[in-house]
Amino acid sequence: MRDKIEIPKSGFNFDNYRRNAFLEKQGLSLPKPIKTGTTIVGLLFKDGVILGADTRSTNGTIVANKNCEKIHYLAPNMYCAGAGTAADTEQATSMISSQLELHRLATGRQARVITAVTMLKQLLFRYQGHMGAALIIGGYDISGPGLFNVHPHGSTDKLPFMAMGSGSLAAMSILESRWTKDLERDDAIELAKDAIEAGIFNDLGSGSNVDINIIEKDKVEVLRNYAKPNERAVKEQSYKYKRGATAYLKEYVREFIVTEGDAMDIS
Amino acid sequence: MSIMEYNGAAIVAMVGKNCVAIAADRRLGAQLMTVSTNFQKIFPATDKCYIGLAGLATDVQTLGEKFRFKINMYKLREEREIEPRTLSRLVSTTLYEKRFSPYYVEPVIAGLDKNNQPFICGMDLIGCSDASRDFVVSGTASDSLFGMCESLWEPDLEPEDLFETISQSILNAVDRDCLSGWGAVVHVITPERVITRNLKARMD
Amino acid sequence: MNSVDFYNETLTSVPTERGFYPYEANGGTSLAIAGEDFCVVASDTRQSNGYLINARYAPKAFKMSEKAVLANSGFAADGNALVRRLTQRIQWYKHSHEKEMSTTALAQLVSNTLYSKRFFPFYTQVLLGGIDENGAGVVFSFDPVGSYGLEVCRATGTASALIQPFLDNQVEHKNVQFDDKPRMTLDRAICLAKDAFTSATERDMYTGDHLEIFIIKQDGITIESYPLKKD
Repeated sequence: MRDKIEIPKSGFNFDNYRRNAFLEKQGLSLPKPIKTGTTIVGLLFKDGVILGADTRSTNGTIVANKNCEKIHYLAPNMYCAGAGTAADTEQATSMISSQLELHRLATGRQARVITAVTMLKQLLFRYQGHMGAALIIGGYDISGPGLFNVHPHGSTDKLPFMAMGSGSLAAMSILESRWTKDLERDDAIELAKDAIEAGIFNDLGSGSNVDINIIEKDKVEVLRNYAKPNERAVKEQSYKYKRGATAYLKEYVREFIVTEGDAMDIS
Repeated sequence: MSIMEYNGAAIVAMVGKNCVAIAADRRLGAQLMTVSTNFQKIFPATDKCYIGLAGLATDVQTLGEKFRFKINMYKLREEREIEPRTLSRLVSTTLYEKRFSPYYVEPVIAGLDKNNQPFICGMDLIGCSDASRDFVVSGTASDSLFGMCESLWEPDLEPEDLFETISQSILNAVDRDCLSGWGAVVHVITPERVITRNLKARMD
Repeated sequence: MNSVDFYNETLTSVPTERGFYPYEANGGTSLAIAGEDFCVVASDTRQSNGYLINARYAPKAFKMSEKAVLANSGFAADGNALVRRLTQRIQWYKHSHEKEMSTTALAQLVSNTLYSKRFFPFYTQVLLGGIDENGAGVVFSFDPVGSYGLEVCRATGTASALIQPFLDNQVEHKNVQFDDKPRMTLDRAICLAKDAFTSATERDMYTGDHLEIFIIKQDGITIESYPLKKD
């Protein structure tokens, strides 16, 4: 009983499956989870790897989050940009991230990019594309810079520059025309930014700001909101109401007993 | 019709100056028929943190109980109250565990952390969390709520002003949604007190 | 049920069906607010299809007379076709009656034109804003097959659900319990239109690029243009 409460069995739980299949048979359509929409890019330059992403997540045609983070932490020397079903990219990367840390502790060595890629592709292949995560993994390890992408079914590519998500065509048009071998650091950052901005402006599923991560030998730079080309204009007027504008029927107030002095921090 | 629209709901949370507010409508329907006008959709997690659940009513109540259990277990094990941010991870993993047979709920979490800093967060049905610095919405009236909040919300509202803004947002939003409304409840959470008000709303 | 002969291909093959999909959703949003002696009609100018932007400046609102503006949303080709048809009918009216068509008459004409295609409709939601015979601001809103009504304020298009409750609250003062409700001025109507659109642009991916505001007064129509976000 204790085990049952405290340590859930690993893997997914299918308890609601029969009920949900029944509801679906009744003609009730299934709700759609939040998608990232997304433009993400990755590219190699002279001293390392750059990852770039936009910051819009969508729920159908409505923007669910205007400034979400799509570049996820995997390991100190490794990051991963995700496109597709937002929950899947988030959970897949955080699960692999914790496994990589355990791997680092067990082996006493810095994890390699190919290790992360293999773990992710095996995870995604196991679920036969039902986990809708399309990922770009960038890192720097003992064998130098590494840049890979993983598709939702578990196939992988190793390329010098890549783009994924609904804005990938717009971004790739920029990368194809301007990427060269051994780009300078600043030029590479500009290229990544321009590729993401092409997605932001020309693809409706992508929008808001540009996030950039630069991974070099023993050095990682996280440039959250590196460019903000879509700041909201100031509103014409304030819509603050006069107090008492809303009628209410009942009121309950729960007063807290505020103790003086600092409580001991036990967290 | 979608499963998420079977019972109807509208939930919204907003950040103010050292305070947060969370509001929900009170309708329980079976498609277009209204069954109850006194249905609880916001559940207290701790003194300063509330969780709102929009979606299929059976799952709203099942998860309401499940989270009460998990929050109590956390409290017994850790000998402290759960933080809103921690709660959001707990909710997220609970939902993602059922990735391929989900509960049909879209939760909203609002609370003050141990330093009385506001925290609000919305989620989809498989636990993709979206922590926001302004407002989060959920339910069948989410489009209307997005429009209202995006226009009305401004930073640093005092608790009483935040009450007016969130109340007007939900009242006008549910009036344009036939699956939610029939009364609304608002909780304004401040470091000193929680003010709960039942709003006067159109009952049609 | 007959047993199927799996070796005989002719029994299991079926003719290939071809679909005919004459409509497309091009997105975009319009709104109209009627005042005592003026009317404001506002539309964004983005035209899109799926995740792609077809055009950043493709106006949906058109001046139909000196006292009326018509705004579309839905399928752009049908909207444009409707406007062309109406423009011609307005010209004929002018030449045969030697006067401009009134806005109320124009509303009836729009309704008849839409209903004339009852079983192959113009896939467009129409808003008609203008000044009526008494000099008062009016807004008429139509469904795709010509059902219409007189309103004070209305939003149509992909962001209609976002804007309509805001207008209910700010123009008609719904759910506000004070008595001192200010009357609608032209300046306030323009402010509301701008704020409604900047807010809708934040959350609706089909709304953006430019905002065109038509101001209809007794002495004529003026057009103001403002940029919206382009992402």
